[in-house]
Amino acid sequence: MGLLSKKDSKLIFDPLADNNPITIQVLGICSALAITAQLKPSIVMALSVIFVLGMGNVVISLMRNIIPSKIRIIVQLIVVATLVIIVDLVLKAFAYELSKELSVFIGLIITNCIIMGRFEAFALGNGPWRSFLDGVGNALGYGIILIIVGFFRELLGSGTLFGFKVLGDSVEKTGLYALGYENNGFMVLPPMALIVVGIIIWVQRSRNKELIEEL
Amino acid sequence: MGLVLIKIKRYMEHLELFFKSIFVDNMVFAYFLGMCSYLAVSKKVSTAVGLGAAVIFVLTVTVPLNWLLDQYILQRGALVWLGPEYADYDLSFLSFILFIATIATMVQLVEIVVEKFSPSLYNSLGIFLPLIAVNCAILGGSLFMQSREIETLGLALNYGFSSGIGWFLAILAIAAIREKIRYSNVPAPLRGLGITFIITGLMAIGFMSFGGMLTGGDDAAQDVEVASVEMPVNEMSNTEASEVVSQETESEVNETIE
Repeated sequence: MGLLSKKDSKLIFDPLADNNPITIQVLGICSALAITAQLKPSIVMALSVIFVLGMGNVVISLMRNIIPSKIRIIVQLIVVATLVIIVDLVLKAFAYELSKELSVFIGLIITNCIIMGRFEAFALGNGPWRSFLDGVGNALGYGIILIIVGFFRELLGSGTLFGFKVLGDSVEKTGLYALGYENNGFMVLPPMALIVVGIIIWVQRSRNKELIEEL
Repeated sequence: MGLVLIKIKRYMEHLELFFKSIFVDNMVFAYFLGMCSYLAVSKKVSTAVGLGAAVIFVLTVTVPLNWLLDQYILQRGALVWLGPEYADYDLSFLSFILFIATIATMVQLVEIVVEKFSPSLYNSLGIFLPLIAVNCAILGGSLFMQSREIETLGLALNYGFSSGIGWFLAILAIAAIREKIRYSNVPAPLRGLGITFIITGLMAIGFMSFGGMLTGGDDAAQDVEVASVEMPVNEMSNTEASEVVSQETESEVNETIE
């Protein structure tokens, strides 16, 4: 880690596990869960958030001394909205099908609480490079949860990963299906996203007792 | 006779949208919108009611406003009122920034007005208003309004109001459950956040049963299409489709009788 000092690498790696934005800080669940029925949209969503949060943190951090504190929320919203428009247009140009599938949820990155949360808590008080690392770290933490949820929901729900039939063909009864395995159609429905995240939280907190909430 | 039929149809359209937005397309249980504040502010019923009321209020104001913006500025050809040479302009890529600006300004404005004219309401809603500018449910309401191409201002108003009520019901229910769950023995790692996620999941499964409530109108056919995109086409959606079709013919018969 020649590039990053110890403090800097902490900024990136802390949010991946013990300070994860979704499971510990409870931020950014809004636009996340609805698109995790498959792995591919989850990854695209994660990449979009990494871009928006990384760039947004840098922009806000550069402007932190000239933003009047009274209207900072509006300024922050405009910065995020601009970045999200860029993401939306890029997706529309290069991955039209996917952008149709994600529909309004790309737009909802604007109100993703992680983004406003990091602007308020970090970018307004730190330099651009550290803010960039913090943004990327938090977005990665968010992305990891999205990818885990997407992985299990697609694998158990449709028996595929990225659309490839990894468990065999359910119609022609090959692979696992020959043994009588069935897809759990419930996993592709929206409520299971919440329950899968609940289980992830359960696993994480039983491995790390310090995270358990007091009554 | 024809006029009466049109009136009845319009009335039915409103009623259908109203119940659909509350139960079938519930903001929290079907689309996970506004989950952050939903999880953060649902520890006590009284605060949940305050936030819920504020969400209803802001949604009712911002959705029709954004509908006007969409209709007269953003859509392809919307600028035609300026003159025929503007007919080809398509500004819809600006909708995110305009919608969020409207919402942020409206929230600020509402805060000022409420503070001035009704200090008691301000004391109960006030602290929640700034939270609301970044609530996904509010922006989501406007974006869904745009992507579903809601036709009239009245329907947009209705949509904003009823989605707000749906959100209100959701946060009220979870707050009541969380107040009571303190007395039960939840596994330690699940305490707090974890169990709330799982309860919300179970409630969402419950709310899915309202999916069969769709009645009449042209929307029904579209809804089946949307549903089949979300889940793999199986026998269930086929039976649903035939049910909807039979309901549709039924309601048409009813209308002609009236």
